[in-house]
Amino acid sequence: MATAAREMTWRHDFDRALKDAAAARKRVLVDFSAAPM
Amino acid sequence: MYTDPRVVALVESEFVPVRVHVKQNHDEFQRLGAMYSAQWTPTILVVDPAGEERHRIEGFLPTDDFLGQLRLGVAKAAFSAGDFTDAERRFEEVVSEHSNTEAAPEAQYWAGVSRYKATNDPAALNATFQKFQKKYTDSTWAKKASVWGG
Repeated sequence: MATAAREMTWRHDFDRALKDAAAARKRVLVDFSAAPM
Repeated sequence: MYTDPRVVALVESEFVPVRVHVKQNHDEFQRLGAMYSAQWTPTILVVDPAGEERHRIEGFLPTDDFLGQLRLGVAKAAFSAGDFTDAERRFEEVVSEHSNTEAAPEAQYWAGVSRYKATNDPAALNATFQKFQKKYTDSTWAKKASVWGG
């Protein structure tokens, strides 16, 4: 059975992301993009 | 690069992903672009929770190369945090699981450095030199490790 494609859930608040990354012991991935949306 | 389920799974497990779009998020693009000197798209940064850049990917990459670079960034963040045992494990995973990408020789180099930092045993560096005698011999990282062969 084919696996359903999942889309990335992007955030847009960088400062909030830093705090959430610290709480979750993760890193922040910042994507500077010009891709069609 | 973000449509592959392996990329989505890795990003969700290891990162808090933030997209800064040149048009949709113009002000933030200007602010963060200046802060991190991001002058081209795509530019992808691995940033630690203190806001320090730990790895940079500029330009499009095929999926396996992109996965290798993302994991290299996670390993570098662990190294920068002083968690050398975790860093070594993550660098070794890049070498074994993304062996045909440019991330691999860089990861092999830093795996050796991580082991040395964790153990203070110079044999870790010589062992890394020996690995570069067998694989990635023409890489920049093999040249950098060449001083560990004495």
